[in-house]
Amino acid sequence: MASNGIKDKVAIISIGCTPFKEHWDKSADDLLIDATTQTLKSVELTTEDIDAYWVGTAQSGMSGLTLSMPMKLHGKPVTRVENYCATGSEALRQACYAVASGAYDTAMAVGVEKVKDSGYQGLNAFPMPTAGTNRTLTAAAMYSLVLPAYAKKYGVDEDELRMVVAKIAEKNHYNGARNELAQFRREISAEEICNMAAVAGKLSVFDCAGVADGAAAVIVVPAEKAYDYTDKPLFVKALSFVSGNGSGLIDPEYDYTTFPECEAAATDAYKQAGVDNPQACIAMAEVHDCFTPTELILMEDLGFSQRGEGWSDVLAGKFALTGELPINTDGGLKSFGHPVGASGIRMHYECWLQLRGEAPENRKIRDTDKNLGLVHNLGGYPGEMVSFVSILGTEVG
Amino acid sequence: MRGIIKSSAYLPHYRLKRTDITNFFGSGRASGIRSVAAHDEDTVTMGFEAARIIVSAGGNIEPEALWFTTSEPPYLEKTNANVIHSALQLPKATSAYDFNGALKSGIGAMKTALTSSQTVLLVQADIRGGLPSSPDESQGGDAAVAFLIGDANADQLLATYLGGSSETLEFIDRWRDPREKVAKQWESRFVEDAYIPLIKEAWGQALANSGLKDSDLSNVVLAGQNERVKRQAAKLITVERFQDNIASSVGNAGAAEAGLLLHSALEHADLGEKIALCSFNDGVEILIFEVTSDNEVLNPIEHQIENRSELSYGKFLQWREMLPVQPPNRPAPSRISASASKRESDWKHGFVASRGDQSGLIHMPPSRLSIDQADNNDAMLMQSMASSIGTVVTFTVDHLVFSQNPPVVFAVVDFNNGGRIPIEITDVAENEVEIGMNVEPTFRKLFTADGIHNYFWKVRPIRSTKE
Repeated sequence: MASNGIKDKVAIISIGCTPFKEHWDKSADDLLIDATTQTLKSVELTTEDIDAYWVGTAQSGMSGLTLSMPMKLHGKPVTRVENYCATGSEALRQACYAVASGAYDTAMAVGVEKVKDSGYQGLNAFPMPTAGTNRTLTAAAMYSLVLPAYAKKYGVDEDELRMVVAKIAEKNHYNGARNELAQFRREISAEEICNMAAVAGKLSVFDCAGVADGAAAVIVVPAEKAYDYTDKPLFVKALSFVSGNGSGLIDPEYDYTTFPECEAAATDAYKQAGVDNPQACIAMAEVHDCFTPTELILMEDLGFSQRGEGWSDVLAGKFALTGELPINTDGGLKSFGHPVGASGIRMHYECWLQLRGEAPENRKIRDTDKNLGLVHNLGGYPGEMVSFVSILGTEVG
Repeated sequence: MRGIIKSSAYLPHYRLKRTDITNFFGSGRASGIRSVAAHDEDTVTMGFEAARIIVSAGGNIEPEALWFTTSEPPYLEKTNANVIHSALQLPKATSAYDFNGALKSGIGAMKTALTSSQTVLLVQADIRGGLPSSPDESQGGDAAVAFLIGDANADQLLATYLGGSSETLEFIDRWRDPREKVAKQWESRFVEDAYIPLIKEAWGQALANSGLKDSDLSNVVLAGQNERVKRQAAKLITVERFQDNIASSVGNAGAAEAGLLLHSALEHADLGEKIALCSFNDGVEILIFEVTSDNEVLNPIEHQIENRSELSYGKFLQWREMLPVQPPNRPAPSRISASASKRESDWKHGFVASRGDQSGLIHMPPSRLSIDQADNNDAMLMQSMASSIGTVVTFTVDHLVFSQNPPVVFAVVDFNNGGRIPIEITDVAENEVEIGMNVEPTFRKLFTADGIHNYFWKVRPIRSTKE
């Protein structure tokens, strides 16, 4: 049993991302073409130069044809992947392994989601035929279960904890307001969020990720060839993935204050990357803030806060743009929006900008000697989820 | 001897004050309350709730057949009794039949059971309504009853059947177009006159057939849709009547009315009392019983009358689909799969989970493999959860999800003897739920799509008045 990882074997040489928003005038094909051509163009490559493709989408297409047809690819292998909201990261993970194996010299992962053609609010899963006994609660309601459980376990007043998670939304809106690709570019105060009507438990609409259309693409090559394409590649230090067995749904021991799949994926990723103390070497992280309580729990599961201290670290501003460990500097799912298949690659896009010093001045992280970025992307619900963690670095070694 | 071995009744949790209707329209006079089936109940789920109490009470007499009666069948052509049969986890060799449509089917099925040779689990349920402001709407009530009917020694029979009579005559009294939600009635005075000779004839025959005279009877129970007919019957049959409060606190339960009134009479009767049950629906049916044991009825109505929540008239109209309301902007559910439902029937209908053979860890839904590696593969044991008591560990309220009655109140429930499930709480107000609340499983209709009803389980609060 091993999770050896592929540290420093593969490098990212280009990433592109479309604006995330309600693209009433663009189809999934349009978004795929925009993200893909932009990503190729920045390193002066064509579709012919890419040996293999992975396209991640939860519900906007089936099979590799989702990409090969709009892009008019000629005889290329294209695989469609799906892994809930971690779909984009999964596409990248598969592309990285293909390159690391030596099977291909260049691989591209593209993520896309066209959510806003359904006419319904929120994200709605494609219905599979069932016996009708499956739970039908919304994701917002499932994640809202975290707050009373966390408040009780750590003796935090429920109203204060509600303010804590609203502060997470406030922070992500602050960052997103400084990101021209983000869906919601308006700052909003935690107090305003707390005063809104609850839609699920104590959560308001502003505690939920933005629902947006969008696409993002990334090109990976063997690490030793990275400098042929760019002066500032990012090296893949770790790729970890854990798919839960649903024990949280049936095991009375599970208390809704942690996501074991995320903790396990983080532990594996730190081991692959040789990271002993994440807080000492990670410059910034993009995490899956699908709902505000999710980001709170992730701070502890990823080792950024001690157990039971995530809420006070949030209040202390530790995860703000200018804080000790900036989280979701691009606005996160909350403000950037969440086109399911694209989000994982969008997270890597922000690492790309920040670690290369290319983020706009008004949302650039403080200059430190830390040179690692972390991406966390999950899918599913408390008790039954899949979790992805990657670590990227600017240098080999 | 033959008669009623066990008797059980189920009243839904909600009540509508009749003055809420008259106040809404600004006219009319009304008093009392009526029972209201919840948005997630139908006659099948209510019938099951009455029947499950008889089955879980145990005893050595097993039903050979389950007969279901209602004027509001969730399905035509398909047998509704099969759903109850499956939810009760009865053996496949136990037959299940519907006696549906006409209001007379209730008393008819009862008489047929009493005069047949099988042990019959008789389940009767109805949901009653009419056009807004109509007497049917106001005076109707939703309820279910169940009786185990068969042969036993007299001291094992709650009530021994002594005899009865039928008077059948075709005339237009009350009718409903199968495509319509509400019934119509002919002028009462005609109907009243049509019944009088039938009542006289039937009463004389019933006494003769059971070898009794008026003075032998201690209670006569009158069932039927027409109040004038019942008043005439009370004049013609001079036996003293026990004044139950069903009409003022539950309402007229249609095809289940006669059964509910009989159950209520048995609830208050003493050993040796003889009771005549008279039904006036498309003719007259009379059944005469003697209380021959000290056994109590199951789930007495009195307790359930106290255990209730008031419902607004607006919600009542919404639940009865008399008033369409704005649903959440989410896709409506798709129809369930017949093959998947058949595979999962024990879970879906019976709430049967699996338990690890070594760890004892309960898996809901049941699973072939255990999350505890100590357990052997494909060695899990079946574990019925339908009668388990659970506790709310944490909960939330979902205003976004599609529901017939938003918001959805949803809880993580740990059962006292093991097992956890995240599940919807029903029959509860949003502000009533709290961590630590005791709940029990209840069989409900989750939604209907393409005419297929999706039956599954929720939990409901265990309220103190029931204990």
